[in-house]
Amino acid sequence: MCAASSSVAGRDGLAVLDAEEVRRALTRIAHEILERTHGGGQVILLGIPTRGVPLARRLAARIGEFEGLEVPCGSLDVTMHRDDLRLRPARALGRTDLPMGGVDGKTIVLVDDVLYSGRTVRAALDALTDLGRPKAVQLAVLVDRGHRELPIRADYVGKNLPTSQREVVRVLLSEVDGQDVVLIGEDGRKP
Amino acid sequence: MKRHLISAADLSRADALLILDTAEELASLADRPIKKLPTLRGRTVVNLFFEDSTRTRISFEAAAKRLSADVINFSAKGSSVGKGESLKDTALTLEAMGSDAVVIRHSASGAAHRLAGWVQGSVVNAGDGTHEHPTQALLDAFTIRRRLKGNGTRGAGLDGIRVTIVGDVLHSRVARSNVLLLSTLGAEVTLAAPPTLLPLAVENWPCSVSYDLDCELPKSDVVMMLRVQQERMTAAYFPSVREYSRRYGLDAARMGRLPDHAIVMHPGPMNRGVEIAADVADSVRSTIVEQVANGVTTRMAVLYLLLGGTEFPAVAQ
Amino acid sequence: MNPAGLPDPAIPDPARAPWLIKGVTVTRSGGQREEFTDILLSDGVIAAIGPGLSNPGAHVLDAQGLIALPGLVDLHTHLREPGREDAETVETGTRAAALGGYTAVHAMANTDPVADTAGVVEQVWRLGRAAGHCDVQPVGAVTVGLAGSRLAELGTMADSAARVRVFSDDGNCVADPLLMRRALEYVKAFDGVIAQHAQEPRLTEGAQLNEGEMSSRLGLAGWPAVAEEAIIARDCLLAAHVGSALHVCHVSTAGSVEIIRWAKSKGWRVTAEVTPHHLLLTDELAAGYDPVFKVNPPLRTAADVAELRRALADGTIDCVATDHAPHPVEAKETEWSEAAFGMTGLETALRVVQLAMVDTGMLDWCGVADRMSVRPARIGRLAGHGALPAVGGPANLTLYDPAASAEVVGPGASKSRNTPFAGMELPGRVVATFLRGAPTVLDGKLA
Repeated sequence: MCAASSSVAGRDGLAVLDAEEVRRALTRIAHEILERTHGGGQVILLGIPTRGVPLARRLAARIGEFEGLEVPCGSLDVTMHRDDLRLRPARALGRTDLPMGGVDGKTIVLVDDVLYSGRTVRAALDALTDLGRPKAVQLAVLVDRGHRELPIRADYVGKNLPTSQREVVRVLLSEVDGQDVVLIGEDGRKP
Repeated sequence: MKRHLISAADLSRADALLILDTAEELASLADRPIKKLPTLRGRTVVNLFFEDSTRTRISFEAAAKRLSADVINFSAKGSSVGKGESLKDTALTLEAMGSDAVVIRHSASGAAHRLAGWVQGSVVNAGDGTHEHPTQALLDAFTIRRRLKGNGTRGAGLDGIRVTIVGDVLHSRVARSNVLLLSTLGAEVTLAAPPTLLPLAVENWPCSVSYDLDCELPKSDVVMMLRVQQERMTAAYFPSVREYSRRYGLDAARMGRLPDHAIVMHPGPMNRGVEIAADVADSVRSTIVEQVANGVTTRMAVLYLLLGGTEFPAVAQ
Repeated sequence: MNPAGLPDPAIPDPARAPWLIKGVTVTRSGGQREEFTDILLSDGVIAAIGPGLSNPGAHVLDAQGLIALPGLVDLHTHLREPGREDAETVETGTRAAALGGYTAVHAMANTDPVADTAGVVEQVWRLGRAAGHCDVQPVGAVTVGLAGSRLAELGTMADSAARVRVFSDDGNCVADPLLMRRALEYVKAFDGVIAQHAQEPRLTEGAQLNEGEMSSRLGLAGWPAVAEEAIIARDCLLAAHVGSALHVCHVSTAGSVEIIRWAKSKGWRVTAEVTPHHLLLTDELAAGYDPVFKVNPPLRTAADVAELRRALADGTIDCVATDHAPHPVEAKETEWSEAAFGMTGLETALRVVQLAMVDTGMLDWCGVADRMSVRPARIGRLAGHGALPAVGGPANLTLYDPAASAEVVGPGASKSRNTPFAGMELPGRVVATFLRGAPTVLDGKLA
C-alpha cells in the first residue's frame, strides 16, 4: 500500500529506518526468498505500484548478485480490484507489466512497501486470479505496521513496526523520492 | 465536476491524457485469459441507440461488460419510441429503472445535452446528429499515439503530429470532435474538402483549411478519411461521385505520396471506391481494423473514469 | 378608414362609469409632454387632459409615477384559433395582449383552416369581439392555404365584416416572384398592404439556427441571413415597380436593415417591424440546445441586435411587433430539430423594449408610443387606435410603471409557456389597460 502522501505533522516525521537499514533489510529478504523457495526457480517478483515496484527490482538484483539467477520481475496494478473505489473519485491506473510466460504454475512473490489493513494485498490476490493459476503466492513487505482488517500475513518482513492508527508511515525510495528512508509521523486526518 | 462526456470540448489536455493513459493500461486486458475486471460490478449501463449502429453499440457493450457492468440495450426500432414516445419520456423510463450511465446515439444534434437534463446518471454521447462523437475522437487519438509513438507511451500528447481530415466536414460529428480533441492534444489539424462541405464559420475552428488534398498529403503524418454519403450529391454539395472521388478520394497513387511513416484512418463504415480505394483500406498503413479494438479499450477507460469512483477525477492542469 | 375600431352601436353599451387617472405623465397629440397631469375617460373617449381634474361619478386611479401610452397595437400575433386551441385561443391570447398593454392585435392567418376566406376572418373577428379584452383585427392570407400558388380572395376579405387590410402568408414566404408581384398590385384597389415573411425556402430547407459560428459548433443546419435579405431586396424592388406598399415582417439581420434603409431613401413605400426578442437575444443562447430559443427567423448575432436597435431608434424599422407564437409543452420539450419554431411575447413586449431601447437611452417614451402604437396602427390602416392621447380621441390607453422590476415567472395568461425570458429580470410593469374607456387590466391583473 502506498503510504499516505498527506501532510505529516512536524518536519517529515521520525526516521525509523535509514538508508543503511533499508539496504540490510532487503538483503535479508532476498536471502529468505532464496531459502524458502529452494533456490528461487519458478519465482516471479511482482511489485505493487508505486513503491513496491522498485523494491521488487532491487530484490531481483540482489538475488541475481547472490545466485547468478535472473528472477523475472514485473508490476501488478490493483486499482481495478480495490474494494474502496466508490468512496472517492476514480483513480488513475498504475502500470501492470507481467513477465513473459504468464503466472501459471509459478511462485509469485508480491512486493509492497507497507502492509497495513491488508486490503491492497486482497485486491492483488483477486487480480492474480484473473491472470492465471500460480502454484503459490507469497508476500514480501518492507514494513508491517499492524492493524490488519483481513486475514492476511506477510511471508517476508523488513521491519515490524507497531503503530497507532493516528500515525502515518511513509516509505521513501531513491527511485521515486530521491532518498531511502522510512518515516513515521502524526497526522490529524484519517488516512 | 464532470458527470458526462458530451463534447470533446469538455476535455482538457490533462483529462484527455488521463483517458488515453488509462486505455493504455486496459489494452493488455485483451491478451489475458479472463478478459474481465470487476470494477463496475453492480453498475447498469444503458445503450440508448435511436440510430442504427451495430458497430458502436457492440463496442460500448463490450466495454461495459468487460468491466462487469450490466448492460441494457435499447434500440428505437420496434420500441415505444417507434410509436412516438418522446425522448423525455424514454429518459424518465430509464431513470425509473435505475441506470448509472446512458450511452446515447441519436440523429438530432443536441440530444445528449437534452438527455443530461433529464437523468441523474452519466450521459455518454455516442453520436448526436452532426454535432459530436467524442469517444470516436478519443479512440482515434489513442490509435494515432500508439502507431506513431509506440505501444506503452504514457503521458505523451500528439504535439507536432500533422493530421489531415478529408471529406464531408459539414455533416460530420467525427470531424468536429476530432478537430477539438486532436488540437487539445497538440496536433496540427488540417481539413481538406470542397468548399461546399465546410461549415461557414470554420475559420474560427482550431485548425487550417485546404481545398487541395494533393498539396496536403506529403505534409501529413495522419490522413483521416470521412465517409461521404451519396445523398449529398442530390443536394448539390458536389456534382458527381466521380468528380468527388477524383478530387478528394484516397487512392493508391495518393497514398504513395504520403511520408513513409504516415497512417490512414477511417471511422467506418467505408464507401470503398468513393472516399477510399479498396487497396488503401487494406494496406499496412491503414488503422481501420485496430481502430475497432481501440474503440473498446478507450470506451472502457471512459466508463471506468465516469463510473468507477464517485466521479471523474479532477486532474491537475 | 376602417370602422372596425369604433364601438358597434348594435352591441348594448354596458354602463361604463368614467375613469379619472390622476398624476400621470403623458405625451399628448401635438407632442407636449406633461407630467403629473390628469386624464378623464368618459363614454369611450378622452374627455379631458390637464392638472387638477375632478369628476364625482368617476373611478379614480392614482397614477403617480406612471406613464400613459396610447394603447399598444401589435401588427403580428398568432392566436392559433381556429385549429390549434391546445396552444392558444382568441380568449387566452387577447387576455395576454391586454396584460401586455395592447388594445389591438393583428391575428395572423396561419390557422387551421387558414384565414383565406371571408368566412374564417369574420369568425376570428367575432371571437375577438366576444372576448372583449382587446380588438382583434384578422390578417388575411395572401395565397390559398398559404400554399404559395394561387391568390386568396383578398378583395372579399377586404369587404367582409373583418375589413382586412393587411395580408400575409406569415409562417411561409410568398416565394414565387410573379405571385408576389400580382399580390402587391392587387391590393392597391383597397389600400391593402402585403406583409412578407422573408425566407427564401430553397436556402433554408431543414435550417435550424442562424448560420454562423454557433450553428457550425453545435452541428445544427444553418439559416443564412441572405435567405431573408434576398427576398426583402426583391420585394422592395417589386413594390416600387408596381407602386404598391410592402411591409416586412420580423426583420432580423443588419443586412436587411441596410436594404430597407436604401429602399426608404428612394421614397418607396416600405415599412418594417422587429420583434422584442430580436432586440435582445442572440444565437449564443442556443448553446444548451434548449428549443425555447428556436424561432423563425432565428436569433442572430450581437452585431445584428445592435443594428436592429439603431434602426428602430432612427425609424428605419417602423415598429415593434411581437410575433407572439404560442406552442404546447410537447412541441418545445424535445430535441432541437424536432421542436416547433416560435416564442410567446405579448405579456413581456413593452418591458423588453424598455430594457433594450429606453434604458439604453436609444428611444424615449414618446418614441415607444410611436413605434408600438402610432405606426403599427397606421401600417395596419386601423382606425380608433394608434393616436397620441387627445381630447375627443378614443380612450385606448396603457398605464405603465417604468420603475418596477421583476423576474419573469410563469404561468401568464397565455396558454403556452414558451417564453425565452423565463427567469430573466425585466424592468417595468403594465399597471392598467383601457379599451375605449373600459379597463381590461387593473393593477396588473385582468379587470
